[in-house]
This record gives sequence, C-alpha cells and structure tokens, in this order.
Amino acid sequence: MTETTTPDLVTPTWDYAPAPEARDIVRLSSSYGLFIDGAFVDTLDGGALKTVNPATEEVLAEVAEAGAKDIDRAVAAARRAFTEVWGPMPGRERAKYLYRIARLIQERAREFAVLESLDNGKPIRESRDVDVPLAAAHFFHHAGWADKLAHAGYGPDPRPLGVAAQVIPWNFPLLMAAWKIAPALATGNTVVLKPAETTPLSALLLAEVVQQAELPPGVVNIVTGAGETGAALVGHPDVDKVAFTGSTEVGKAIQRQIAGTRKKLTLELGGKAANVVFDDAPIDQAVEGIVNGIFFNQGHVCCAGSRLLVQESVETEVLERLKARLATLRLGDPLDKNTDIGAINSAQQLAKITELAASGEQEGAQRWSPESCVLPERGYWFAPTVFTGVAQSHRIAREEIFGPVLSVLSFRTPQEALDKANNTPFGLSAGVWTEKGSRILWMAQRLRAGVVWANTFNRFDPTSPFGGYKESGFGREGGRQGLAAYLDLEVDA
Amino acid sequence: MTVVVPSAVDFAAVSDLADAGESDAALRRFLHGLPGVDQVGADARAATLATRSIKKQAKLQAIDMAIAMTDLTTLEGMDTPGKVRTLCAKARRPDPADPSVPPVAAVCVYGDLVPAAAEALRGSPVRIAAVATAFPSGRASLRVKLEDTREAVAAGATEIDMVIDRGAFLAGRYGQVFDEIRAVKDACGPAHLKVILETGELATYDNVRRASWLALAAGADFIKTSTGKVAPSATLPVALVMLEAVRDVAELTGQYRGVKVAGGVRTTKDAIRYLVLAHEVAGAEWLRADRFRIGASSLLNDLLMQRAKQATGRYWGPDYVTIE
Repeated sequence: MTETTTPDLVTPTWDYAPAPEARDIVRLSSSYGLFIDGAFVDTLDGGALKTVNPATEEVLAEVAEAGAKDIDRAVAAARRAFTEVWGPMPGRERAKYLYRIARLIQERAREFAVLESLDNGKPIRESRDVDVPLAAAHFFHHAGWADKLAHAGYGPDPRPLGVAAQVIPWNFPLLMAAWKIAPALATGNTVVLKPAETTPLSALLLAEVVQQAELPPGVVNIVTGAGETGAALVGHPDVDKVAFTGSTEVGKAIQRQIAGTRKKLTLELGGKAANVVFDDAPIDQAVEGIVNGIFFNQGHVCCAGSRLLVQESVETEVLERLKARLATLRLGDPLDKNTDIGAINSAQQLAKITELAASGEQEGAQRWSPESCVLPERGYWFAPTVFTGVAQSHRIAREEIFGPVLSVLSFRTPQEALDKANNTPFGLSAGVWTEKGSRILWMAQRLRAGVVWANTFNRFDPTSPFGGYKESGFGREGGRQGLAAYLDLEVDA
Repeated sequence: MTVVVPSAVDFAAVSDLADAGESDAALRRFLHGLPGVDQVGADARAATLATRSIKKQAKLQAIDMAIAMTDLTTLEGMDTPGKVRTLCAKARRPDPADPSVPPVAAVCVYGDLVPAAAEALRGSPVRIAAVATAFPSGRASLRVKLEDTREAVAAGATEIDMVIDRGAFLAGRYGQVFDEIRAVKDACGPAHLKVILETGELATYDNVRRASWLALAAGADFIKTSTGKVAPSATLPVALVMLEAVRDVAELTGQYRGVKVAGGVRTTKDAIRYLVLAHEVAGAEWLRADRFRIGASSLLNDLLMQRAKQATGRYWGPDYVTIE
C-alpha cells in the first residue's frame, strides 16, 4: 500500500481568532417597566429584579417585578382590547399587524440575536440562525391563518377564547414568546405574557416592536417577574385561557391552581427524549444528530435527545465517533460567531445540572467530557458530558437534566429500543436513525412522543404541530392543530 | 449484513483484490455495506461549518495555507506552451512584490504541456500535475489511458490526475473501475495519483462515499471531486463526505491520503470554507499541501488581493494582480 506521508511537512495548528458579533447594536436601558396597554409603565405594587449575562455574571438591567395590581391592570387592558378592538376586527386586518411584526423582527434580527445571546447565554450562531428566524416564521405563518380560520377544520366561524395568560421559559425567550403570541393574536385573542425572570429582555424588545407595528394598545401586554407574578397572572379571574411552557413541576401546580375554573389550559412541559440509533443508520449524520439533539442550546431544550439509545452492535463505533466529534466543539463567549456551546442560563440551573451529573457518577455510570474543553473562569458553564453504562433505573436516565449531559443506553432489538424509549413518564419527542424506511414508520407509530424525528433532530417549523404526551403536557403549538388551543371549540360541539 | 465502519481487515482484503472477475462481487459487498449518507444531514453539517467566521490572524494563516495548497490550473483547448510558462512563473512567485507569499503546490496542465511546465518550473518546489486517462470523459481504452499516463510521467509530471470511468461505476462494474485505478497507479511509478471521481455525475452522496472508498482501496494518494468540466463541480457536502473517507482510512490504516476540491472555488471565502471543513471534519493533520489541495485558476488572485487587504487594510484594484 502507498505511503503518502511526507515527513518534512508539519501539521499546523489553526486557531480561529475571536470573531465577536458587535454588541453595540443593542441599546440597553438601566431599568425596564412593564408593557401594559401599549405603553411602558412603572409597577404599582411590585418590585424589581436584575437580569444578568450568564456568560460574565454582569448585570444587564433591572426589570420590574409585576405585583397583583399590575396584573389587574394588564388583564383589564387585554380584556378591553379584546372586547372593543381585536375581537371584532376582521381576520384580514389582524393579519396585517402580524405580518408587520414578522417583518420588523426580520429587520431588527441582529439586534434580537445579540440581545438574546447576552441575556440567555446561547451562542450567537443559534440565536441568529435558529431563534430569531423561527420567531419571525411563526408570525408569518400565523398571519396567513388569521383570515382563513374558516378553513382550518374548526367550523365555519371559529371564535376566540378571549384573554390569554401566557407564561414562558428562559431557554428560547423570544421564540417561545412568538409561539405563544402569534397563534393567540391570529385567532383573535389578546394576551398578557410573562417572560422568565432570568431572560426578560428580548420580550421587552418585542414589546417595542409591537409598538412600532402600531398594534392597538392592550392586544399584547408583557409583564415581567418571577414565579409569584406568574401565579398571579394564571390565577387572575378574568383570564380565559392559560398557556404555559416550562417545567413539569410548575405545570402540575398550574393545573391544580386553575382546576374548577372556566380557564382553558395548554401545557408544554419537560422531556427525556430517546434518540434511537439503529445499526443501519447513516452513522456520520447520526453523530451530528446526537450532538444537535443534546448539545444544541446547552441542552436547555425540553425536547432534547437526552437519552441516546444505540444498538449494541454499533455502540463502540458510535461512541468513538461521538467523542471525537465532541472534542471539536467550541465552548465560550456566546457572542463569538464560532462558539458552539454557550453558557448555562443561571447559577440555579448550573447547580441542578451539577447535582444530577454527580448522581450519575454515584449510581455507577461512567462520566466523560472532552479534555480539550476549558471552562471560562467567570460565568456559569458546564462542559459537554457523556455518561456511558447508564441503566434505565439511574436518575440521569429518568429525570430531565436540562443541560449538556447525555445518557447513553444500548439495546439489541427494535422492540427493546421501543420499550426503553417509551419507558419514561415524559413523551415530548423522539428520534429514529435508520436508513430503512419501514423501520422509521414502525417506530414512529409506536413511540409515545408528540414529535418523532427521523434521521434528524431538533428541527422546528411553524407548520408542524409541537407538543407532548403524558407528563410532557397537552395541547399543540404550530400548524393547523395549534390553532385549536386558542379557539372556543365548545360553541360548535 | 451491516458493515458500519469497515475494519482494517475488510479494507486490506478489498485493497488486495487481484482480478476483476472476483472483485466485482467482493467490492459490491464492501461498498454497499458502508453506512449510508443522509443527504439532508450532510448538507446541514456543511452549511453550519460554512458559517465559521475566520478573521484576522486566522484569516492570514488560512490565505497562506490556501495558496500553498493550490493546484494552479489551466485545462483549455486553447492552452499553449506560452500560456503554461506564464502560469508557472506565477506559481513560483505568486506576488512579484512580496517574496513572503509561498509558491503554490502544483501547476496542473494537459499531458502534452508537461514539458513546457517542467522547463519553466525547474529548480522550484512547485510540482507538475498532469491530467491523464482521456480527461475529462475517461472514454478511451485502458491501453490509451495507461499510455497517456506513462507519457506524462516520462515528460516530468510528478502528479497524475486521472478520471474514473463513471459509466462503469454507475453500471456497478466496480471491479473494472478498481482495476483501472490500480493499473494507472502502477503506470504512475513515483508520481502521486489523484483520482477524480467527477461527483457531479455520481449524483448521490452514497455514490460519492462508495467511489471514495473504491479509489482509496485501489491505491489513490488523493481523491479529487471534479474535472471542472461538469456542473456541479466541487460542493461543500461532497467534500465533507470525501474528507470523512480519508479520515476513516487514516484511522484504519494509519495512512494519510488527501482530498482535492476542484472546480468553482473562486474566492478566498470559498477556499476558507473548504479549509474549515478539512480542519473540523478530518482534522488539523489535513491542513497540509500533501493532504489537501484546491484546484483553481482564478482563486489565486483573489487570495493575493485578500492577503494584501489583511496586511494593509486596503483592497488592491484588479490591475495590481497579474493576469496570466
């Protein structure tokens, strides 16, 4: 066999120079009020909280923490807007506003992306290429529905519910706001939205866009705050609809809180998705899919592929390649355009991930992180971590970690893969990797998960309904099916 | 049976296949046992790597690497010894005003122009690559292809860029393709062999992967995307699949083979994207001229203009780089 190595040539090292996205496009105020009835106002009876850049622990701004009177005021504004303006407005007119918001998000995309990375810690590549374009896409998609609701399969003239209380998480702050606001507005509802306390800034920039789009006052209200604010909003008697995305624990609390009221509820909660790799998978792309499944957005993804189920006959090869691939991931400054892994969103979340990872070691799984991965000294960071030798009974195979931690389990037959994949209280998503079409269909029909990805993972599209089975929640967001969550279907039934 | 990653034994067995009669079946088993390539996934991975932002010192380094990896190419019916001589002068010293610019890796010409190139490049480190084997179609008898190769080597070519018989490959006559590569490799003697897959005609990434392994098993020193005469020529996902193949062969055998992208690489930005791909898919070990090449004609001038921009902060006008 030919020997082509030329000894006099040395292998170079090629270090990418820092390529930070300019931060000055974002103009931060030192403090932010609440966005109620079309204007930014001070809180009446609330407090204030600080939001920090998780990559540096620098305080970015102080935001209002809405109290009960603020919630009253916001819900009243939303009610008035629903009754007087937005409810009676023809769909084709509502559509114009939604299109306008979508275009404004596109126009201000870089500003949104930088702000999102600052406040959340996610890499600019993701906020720029995923979060912001998808947020705009959700407004575009739902703008198209606004005047076509009669053709959505919910009767000739489906009616809105009224005022929607929406509480969203910190992992995709702008995108989750778009998922919530766009369908609600398209179907004729008005909203009071509460962003997460650690990531309120992009929602407040969205409030600016709402003003810029000249949306009638009160149609969209944004109240910042923590758990107490959220509970006050959800519990407000004049709310017709509650939509929550977040942890299963809080989801259950909300369900208890509003039980016995007229409020409609949709919940999009946690997950512990299985990413199933068969021995006839396209291995190189499967490895990418595993990486994208669990290390996208630092694993702060409810539908993350946190359990890798790999067929035993290829387990060694897949793990070798996965580890080699993980060694090339670039962790660091979220604003650097070459960063693949950003910061953990908060000290609290970092503590949770650290605790669960420690439990994995205690329960006997083998822990691995790339040696090349050096964590910055300041800020909240966690190295990409892979646990092998994980048993179904380990906590890291049962509980949602919501961080860059992958648990690897193996299987021998398709039935075993299916049984293990479904053996979880969650059911949000799953992935299947095989070049055999019939096996994809066989698995997809039997997996108890709201989304099943075949030969890909973590792909989102506003036309595709998203939501969970079991303790991952109920209701769908996106697509024709997602409209149902904001329509009064009992009228026709 | 699923062969997920071929073992060193599989690869050695396939590499040692002797005659086409037996090798067709063995090659089919081997090549069709390779893991498939998911097109959507490969495209997505290439697109993500294309967003890498290479700035400042990293960009300067990339530009010099790209210059040193360039096969400065002229493959036109209107080529003359005079044209080749001017190209060779450019290859030896790409920027007359700046001796710190490295020479290119090779000059790539048709076989009959090798003597002119050899004369013009005497005493320089620039290698002489000749396209052979009835380039670009490959539609000639094996006897003619081998003679084409021997003549180029005798005239001074140190590298041979051959084309595979795509017709035979697509018809499943893998043994024939394998034997031709093996025979041309023998005819090359000391010259390095680059095997052009013409991926634009192979159409699928599965075919690109199979052709890559086939050529590597038959003894190719380099696998090369395209002739430049068929659209599409080099693309990022195709280069990705080929880089995965040389990476895997190196893992199996410890031997480093190269990848050459050719056709359509015109700008510094394009070239840097391919370097990023080589860097992150195969590894830093491939960032050397004996393992990665870019076949191009107009690329060099863009690299020189970008180099000056990085050094001086100003763009040259096109009149400040030479046109060959």
